[in-house]
Amino acid sequence: MSVIFIVLPLALIVVLAAVAAFAWAARRGQFDDLETPAIRMLHDEDERCGEKAPEDEEEEAGS
Amino acid sequence: MPLPDAAPGGPGVHRGAETATCDHCGLPVPAGLIERGESLQFCCNGCRTAWRILHESGLEQYYRLPERRTAAVRASGRSFEEFDHPSFHQLYVRSDAAGLAQTDLYLEGIHCASCVWLVERVPRTIPGLVSAELNLPRSLVRVRWDPRRVGLSEVARLLDRLGYRPHPFRGVRPEAVRRAEDRAMILRIGVSGAIAGNVMLLALALYAGWFTGMEPEFERTFRWVSLALTTPAVFGPGWLFFRGAWAALRTRTLHMDLPVALALGAGYVRGAVNTVASAHGPIYFDGVTLLIFLLLVGRFLQQRAQRAATDSAELMASLSPATARVRVDGAVQEVPAEALLPGMLLEVLPGDTLAADGTVLEGRSEVDLSLLTGESRPVAVGPGERVYAGTLNRRSTLEVKVEEAGETTRLGRILQEVEAAALRRAPVVRLADRLAGGFVAAVLVLALVTGLAWLFIDRSRALDNAIALLIVTCPCALGLATPLAVTVAIGRAARAGILVKGGDALEALGRPGRLVLDKTGTVTEGRTTLVVWEGPEEVKSLVAALERDSTHPLAAGFAAAWPGLAQPEASGVAHTIGGGVEGEVEGHRVAVGSPAFVRGRAREGRAGAQDGPVGGAPGDAALTPVLIAVDGEIVASAAFGDPVRADAATALTALRAQGWRPELLSGDDPRVVGAVGDALGFPAAACRGGAGPEDKLRFIEEAALEGPVVMVGDGVNDAAAISRATVGVGMHGGAEACLSSADVFLSRPGLAGLVTLTTGASRTLRVIRRNIVFSLAYNLVGASLAMTGVINPLIAAVLMPASSLTVILASWLSHTFEAARE
Repeated sequence: MSVIFIVLPLALIVVLAAVAAFAWAARRGQFDDLETPAIRMLHDEDERCGEKAPEDEEEEAGS
Repeated sequence: MPLPDAAPGGPGVHRGAETATCDHCGLPVPAGLIERGESLQFCCNGCRTAWRILHESGLEQYYRLPERRTAAVRASGRSFEEFDHPSFHQLYVRSDAAGLAQTDLYLEGIHCASCVWLVERVPRTIPGLVSAELNLPRSLVRVRWDPRRVGLSEVARLLDRLGYRPHPFRGVRPEAVRRAEDRAMILRIGVSGAIAGNVMLLALALYAGWFTGMEPEFERTFRWVSLALTTPAVFGPGWLFFRGAWAALRTRTLHMDLPVALALGAGYVRGAVNTVASAHGPIYFDGVTLLIFLLLVGRFLQQRAQRAATDSAELMASLSPATARVRVDGAVQEVPAEALLPGMLLEVLPGDTLAADGTVLEGRSEVDLSLLTGESRPVAVGPGERVYAGTLNRRSTLEVKVEEAGETTRLGRILQEVEAAALRRAPVVRLADRLAGGFVAAVLVLALVTGLAWLFIDRSRALDNAIALLIVTCPCALGLATPLAVTVAIGRAARAGILVKGGDALEALGRPGRLVLDKTGTVTEGRTTLVVWEGPEEVKSLVAALERDSTHPLAAGFAAAWPGLAQPEASGVAHTIGGGVEGEVEGHRVAVGSPAFVRGRAREGRAGAQDGPVGGAPGDAALTPVLIAVDGEIVASAAFGDPVRADAATALTALRAQGWRPELLSGDDPRVVGAVGDALGFPAAACRGGAGPEDKLRFIEEAALEGPVVMVGDGVNDAAAISRATVGVGMHGGAEACLSSADVFLSRPGLAGLVTLTTGASRTLRVIRRNIVFSLAYNLVGASLAMTGVINPLIAAVLMPASSLTVILASWLSHTFEAARE
């Protein structure tokens, strides 16, 4: 049973990682709008995908 | 611009001989607009334009989306040039390091998934527009663009032509502050939830060990790990409650945080001492962390529901026009109202709201002061006369020289008074908070009694039992009782078209008391309507033809009264400001206007026509008389007034039956107020007229000294009184200032919403009371167990969530607003 002394800290590290991930997501605004992204992902990207790519980069650079 | 030949074959398209559906919105095309032989049919020009835009930018895919907007496109056709004005940028636009500008626009007409698709693809059609990101629930689009390559007005024009009219988003509070607050709360809940879950797992192991036996080294480890986990929960997310309790102590007010902090503190300290100093004794960490988590969730839910209501009111505030047409060197420019300066020349079109105080230089018109003063009848103005910001130009274009702008206008001064009045308002003490004080005292006394009694029975268990009592009586359910009931009620009220900005308002509305109602726009419709017509049928079409192209409110009143009347052509139409209109219709000389105007042009005709409503009918003080002459003979008379809302009498009867004491308080002529009040069964003492905004505020202030008072209104003139009243209610169609100062906003026309509101509020109060009784009963059981010494941490751990669950279930199953809507 002394394995618990290894498993317990490991479990706590996993918890810590999960909380850190949650904090990161909350700070990035992932929970600000819970409705629109769900709809956005249902829209098929059309044939103009190629053209949009550079815009996306620009967007990243701007933020 | 040639149309592409091929139709996209949208799902709703079918072409028969007589029927067709619009190729853009899918609605039926009016018979007159069907173009035979054309492969494409549109129900209106707006839809045709939107269709073209989509095809020219390669966005035909829109028509293949499973769910589409089925509403005709109504573009305003405005230039939106004020969106490019420097002062607009100063107010609403932020720039980032890369030189890109960003702003939030509120879009009208957003409602489904296809709107998200379309709006977010707008950047592809405008070079220089980097991104458009739509927030569907709030109808807000965040646009980012390169100001060197494109102006915001171009973006606004395109959105407008697609049917989404943009408005600058004027949030009352900075968006960043609110977002940071939301994120901090979510973070707190996440952290406290993770900790509570893990501490409970450890507690489960400890409880199991308690029954079956456990090696001391494991037990010690689990206790220490629990302590290590609980500490950040108490000092991190849970610190909110200690801060709240401290603030309450310092300001000597009662707050639910006080008993919560007491229980959390006692549980944590006792647990920590038991962990560090001895290997035995209860630790309570599972209870403490679960408590923090549940209470935070309750608080978050409440915050969210109130936020949603505040949001809607803010968005409606964004709808009111904030621009003015300024004439500079003969050219007219649209600028934001905030950029106006004394000395500027304004062009005010009919139907526009004035953006500043000033003097009329040119033009004669009538202005509607009803939002500013409550006066129901339009007032004639001419050169040299003063006009005020917030009033509506009804008749013809005016040129106005700005004298006061912004905060120094009469409107601005009223708004300052609104703010000051809101600060003076005494807060509504919540039922739960009022109980908190007595609760803390009772718990402390009981704990003391328990401790003292056990000193004589069993010295070693005295401290543990006293502390167990403090913890087991933690008002977890009591803390959740109000927020949950209020959250559920606010959510359901919103579905019934009632936006409640604060739970305390709902509690205050649960107890009937004085109810002060504004007249114009609240009890009455707030617009000019034809109420009496005495004359032959055939004259109606002559009058309608004559008034067709007029923008005068009386003309609109005629048009609204006789929809679908065949109208012959009128020629030689001439208007006289303050008089009437005359012209030639079907070979007859027709004059319509004030008695003086018409009598000057015709002799008395058919007997009785002039002693109709104009003569001496009761309540005529509220009416504007109009005479009609045909070929020099007075043949008909009409009277216009501001009619009482159709549902006013029923609503007032229902309110009186609930125990409310309604009164009328209006800025309109006392005779008009008396006539309306009389018709609705108000005693003469309960009708007050001629009250300006300041008088209204004073009246409410005096009334508030005697007890709770509810004020219902719609105009700027009511805003100060509304913000000072115990609860202020804003009506549908009300002024912006009124919306932002009201605690409750009725988003559907009519007074019926007020009855729904009071019924729902009293039901909510009943649910709150029931929840409180439940949770007090649990606490009583817990306290008696602790006092008799039979309590142990396991019982406490079961008791606490059980009481919370009862309250949660009772709140969700309650019928507050839903039942009231039937």
